[in-house]
Amino acid sequence: MNSPILSVKHLSVSFNHRQTVVDDISFEIHAGETFALVGESGSGKSITALSVLRLLPNNARLNADVINLQGDDLLKHSEFELCKIRGRRIGFIFQDPMSSLNPVMTIGSQVEEVVRLHFDLPREAVKQRTLQLLQQVELPEPQRRIKDYPHQLSGGQRQRVMIAIALAGKPDLLIADEPTTSLDVTIQAQILALLKNIQEQTGMALWLISHDLALVSSIADRVAVMQQGKIVETGATAEFFNQPKHPYTRKLLNALPLMQSCLTHTAEEKPPLLQVSDFYCHYPIRKGIFKRVVDVVRAVDGVSFNIQQGKTLALVGESGCGKTTLGKSLLNLIPGSGRVVINGVELNALSGEALRRQRANIQIVFQDPFSSMNPRMLVGDIIAEGIRALHPGVTPEQRKIRVRQLLQQVDLPADSARRYPHEFSGGQRQRICIARALAVDPKLIVCDEPTSALDVSVQAQIIRLLKTLQQEKNVSYLFVTHDLAVVAEIADDVAVMYRGKIIEQGSVAEVLIRPKQAYTKKLLAAVPVLNMDH
Amino acid sequence: MVVLWTDALIYVLIIVMLALGVYLRGKEHIQRPLQQIGRNKIGMTSLVVLLFFVLIGLLDSVHYILADDKKNEVISLLDDFATPLREHGEKTYSAPFATTLYSKEMTMLADGTLQWAYPRLAFGGRHLDHPETEKIPDILQKAAYGLAQGASLIGFIMLLMWGLLAEQHKRFMRGSTAKTVWTVVFIIVSFSYAAIHLSAYYHIFGTDKVGEDVFYQAVKSIRTGLVIGTLTTLIMLPMAIIFGILAGFFRGWVDDVIQYIYTTLNSIPSVLLIAASILMVQVYMANHEADFTSVIVRADMRLLFLCLILGVTSWTGLCRLLRAETLKLREMEYVQAAQALGVKQGVILLRHILPNVMHIVLISVVLDFSSLVLAEAVLSYINIGVDPTSYSWGNMINGARLEMAREPIVWWSLTAAFVFMFALVLAANLFADVVQNAFDPRRSGNE
Repeated sequence: MNSPILSVKHLSVSFNHRQTVVDDISFEIHAGETFALVGESGSGKSITALSVLRLLPNNARLNADVINLQGDDLLKHSEFELCKIRGRRIGFIFQDPMSSLNPVMTIGSQVEEVVRLHFDLPREAVKQRTLQLLQQVELPEPQRRIKDYPHQLSGGQRQRVMIAIALAGKPDLLIADEPTTSLDVTIQAQILALLKNIQEQTGMALWLISHDLALVSSIADRVAVMQQGKIVETGATAEFFNQPKHPYTRKLLNALPLMQSCLTHTAEEKPPLLQVSDFYCHYPIRKGIFKRVVDVVRAVDGVSFNIQQGKTLALVGESGCGKTTLGKSLLNLIPGSGRVVINGVELNALSGEALRRQRANIQIVFQDPFSSMNPRMLVGDIIAEGIRALHPGVTPEQRKIRVRQLLQQVDLPADSARRYPHEFSGGQRQRICIARALAVDPKLIVCDEPTSALDVSVQAQIIRLLKTLQQEKNVSYLFVTHDLAVVAEIADDVAVMYRGKIIEQGSVAEVLIRPKQAYTKKLLAAVPVLNMDH
Repeated sequence: MVVLWTDALIYVLIIVMLALGVYLRGKEHIQRPLQQIGRNKIGMTSLVVLLFFVLIGLLDSVHYILADDKKNEVISLLDDFATPLREHGEKTYSAPFATTLYSKEMTMLADGTLQWAYPRLAFGGRHLDHPETEKIPDILQKAAYGLAQGASLIGFIMLLMWGLLAEQHKRFMRGSTAKTVWTVVFIIVSFSYAAIHLSAYYHIFGTDKVGEDVFYQAVKSIRTGLVIGTLTTLIMLPMAIIFGILAGFFRGWVDDVIQYIYTTLNSIPSVLLIAASILMVQVYMANHEADFTSVIVRADMRLLFLCLILGVTSWTGLCRLLRAETLKLREMEYVQAAQALGVKQGVILLRHILPNVMHIVLISVVLDFSSLVLAEAVLSYINIGVDPTSYSWGNMINGARLEMAREPIVWWSLTAAFVFMFALVLAANLFADVVQNAFDPRRSGNE
C-alpha cells in the first residue's frame, strides 16, 4: 500500500479543559482510498475532522503528537498558512447543503470565488474552470444553472454545488461530513455514486464521516468506529463487516433494521379503527391586495386508507410528498378536507369544544425530540398536560400516580418527572414524548419520523418500545417515515406516497418484496444495504 | 405622609418585584441564568451602581408634609437628609467649590464706599476667613475626613457581617466576584460620605442661575429618571406583550388589526403626540385648580402623564419583536402537541408561548430603560418633558443651553447632569448586556 496522505497520531480534543471529546486517537488515510469514520452522534467524529483543519470552536483545546499531511506537519503551520491548505489541499463538504451556501450569491460566483482564491488564472479561465467543475459534479444544464441562486436548486443539486466548491482547489483529500444525511434516499444514492466516481477520476483520498453503517459498507475501503471519543476498531471493510471484533461494533451491526424482518409479520384481520376517504389538503396561494386565490399547492391530493385496531400502517415517501402534512391534518393541526372516521366518530364533522373532546383518540409523536417539548416545563407537567386538559376532574395526586406509571411504561426513572427536558438525551426525550401521547389513552398514535433524528442503537430501542406498547395497549400507529428498513421492522401495512397521492398500498411483505409501481422499486433500490461481498 | 401618584406606583412596583422574586425561587431554568449573572463581575458591579441609584430614588419617593412648616411644603426623606444643602441658596451662579459668586457685582462696604468685586457666597466657604490661602487645604482636609468616616462605617459593617455570617454563607464575601462587589460598595459609600461632608461647607457642583445647589439638583433628578425609565416600561409592557402574542398566535384578522394599530401609531411623530397630551394635562390642571394645590402635586401629575404617553408611543418595537417570535413559536412542535392534547388556546398562550418569549421581554425592558432616561432629557430640551419646576437632568440640560452661550461659560450644570446620567445609563446598559447573555438560550449553552 502507498504512503499515507494524512496521518494523525495521539489526537485529543477537550472543551473547557474538562470534557474530553476526542480521546487519544490515531489513524492514517492513504492516497486514493475511501476511509470511513463511523460513530453515533456525540462520539467526536466531526470534531476530529475539524481539528485536522484546526477549525475548532474557541473553547476547545487540541493536543496531538502528529498531524501530518503528505509529510507536512500541520501543527507547525500558522493560521495564515493553514488558510492556504484548507480548500486547496483538503476539501470539505458539510452536512447541511441548505445553510452552507450563501443565499444572495449565484452558485456560479460562489464556485468562481474559490477557484480564484486558489489559482491565479485569467478571468476567462476561471469561468471555464467553474463550468468544468459544475459539469464534473453532474449538475444538469451547467451553462444555465451557473446564474441560479441556491434557493432555485433542490437539496441534492445544492449538495452537488457544495462538492464542486470542495473540488475547486483540486484537493488531495476530500473530507465529507455526513454528506447525504439531510437528503432523500434516492438522492443519497446519486450523491454517493458521484463521490465515488469523482474519486476514481481524480485519484484523491476520500474521508467519509457518517453514522450510517449500511451506507459506509457500500462505498468505503477502510472503516474506523468511534465511541465516546475513542477509535474502538479499524479495519478493511470486508473483514470489518464479516468479523466485527469489538462488542460495540457488533452491537451497532445488530441494531441495524433489516429488510428481511418484514417476512415474520403475521397477517390476521382485525376490525378497522380509522377510515380515511378522499382526503385533501390544499394550500391556497394568495396574491395581490385582495388576497385572491391564484393557485393551490396540493400537499395531500385525495387519499383513502384504513388502519386496523392494534396494527401499524407505515406511510412512506420522499420529503415533500405530503406524508407529514397528512399525519398532522388527521389531528386537525393543519386544515384538511375529507371523511375521517375513528372508532365510529366522524371527526371532520366536529369543531370547537366537541372536537377538543375527541382529541384523546389520536395523538402524535414528532420527529425532532428537541423542539417537541417546552424547554421551560418540568417533564412531569409535560406528561400531565393532556390529562389536565381533557380530564379536569382528575386530582393532582391521581395525576402524579398516572405520570409515574407512564414513566415506568416507557422505561424512564420515576424521578424524571421533576427534571427538565434538556437534561435528557434524544432517545429519552422521545420516550417522554411517547409517554405524553399515551397519557390520554389514545386509540391511534401518529408517529412522524420518530426515529430519524436518533442514532441506530437508540432507534432500535424506540422501535422495540413502540412494539411492546402496541401489544400491551392494542394501540394503532400511523408510522410516517422515509426509512424503508424501519418500515420492515415495525409495519403491518405500507402505503407509498408520491406527490400527495398514495400510489401503492398493501401488506408490508407485498409492497417491500414484490413492489408493483416503478417508483416503489426505485425507492427500494436506493436503500443502502449492508454490503458483505468485498 | 403624602402619597403621590408616582410614589404609589413605585410602591406597587416594588411589591410586584418582591412577589416575583418569591415566585421564581426554585424555578431551575430561571435560577441558572441568575447565577450566571451573579458570577459576572461587570454585571454585579453595574447592579450595585444601579441599586445605589434606586436607593436614592426610593428615599426620594417617601413624601410627607413638614409638621412645623407653615408653607404646607411637601418634602421627601431625601430632602430631609439634605436639609442644610437644600436651603443653602446663593444669589446666582457660582463655580464648583467657589467662595465667591461667578460674576462681579457692585457691593457696599462697611464704610459706605461702593466696590466692583466678586461678593462672598452666603454659604459656600462661609467658615473661611481668608479663602485665597485656606480653601484648598480645607477642602482636602474635609474630603479626607468624609472619606475616612465612610470607609470606617462600611469597614465596620463588613467586619460585622464577616463575624455574624454562618460559615456556609461566607461565600457571599469570599469569591472573586464578591470581592469586586464589596470593593465597589466600599468606594461608593466612602465617596458619597466625602461628598456629603463637603457639601455641607461648599457647593461641590456649583450653583445655578437662581443660586440653587447643582449637586442637590442632580441627586434629586435621579428619581425622575428612574420613574420615567420604570413606569413607562411598565405601561408599555402589557400592551406590547398582549398585542404581540395575540397577533403572532392567532394571525388572520387579529394580526391585521394589531398591525394596523401599530403601524398607524408608528407613523405619527411621537414628539407631536407627546406635546399634545402634555398640553391637555396642563389645561386640565388649570381648569381643576382645587385638586392640584401644591407645586409638587402638579409636577407629579405631569410626570405621570409623560410616562403614560411615552409608554403608549413606545410599545410598538417590542410588540413587533414578540409577534415575530410568537409566529415562530406557534409552529414549534410542543405547541402542536399541546393542541393535539386538547389544551385550550388561552392555556397554550400562558403556558407555552409566554414563558418562551420572556427572555426577549427582559432584554428589551432593560435596553428601553436607558433609552427612556435619555428621551426625557431630549423632551425637556424642547419643553414638553417634565414640569419645569421639578428636578430632572433634562431640565438641567435645557437650562444649560443658555449657559453654554454665556461668557465666561457656565459648564457645571451640564457636566453634573451628564455625569449622573452617564453613570446610570452606562450601568443599565452593561447590566442589560449581561442579562441578555445569561438569558439567551443560544449562548447559555456554551458557557
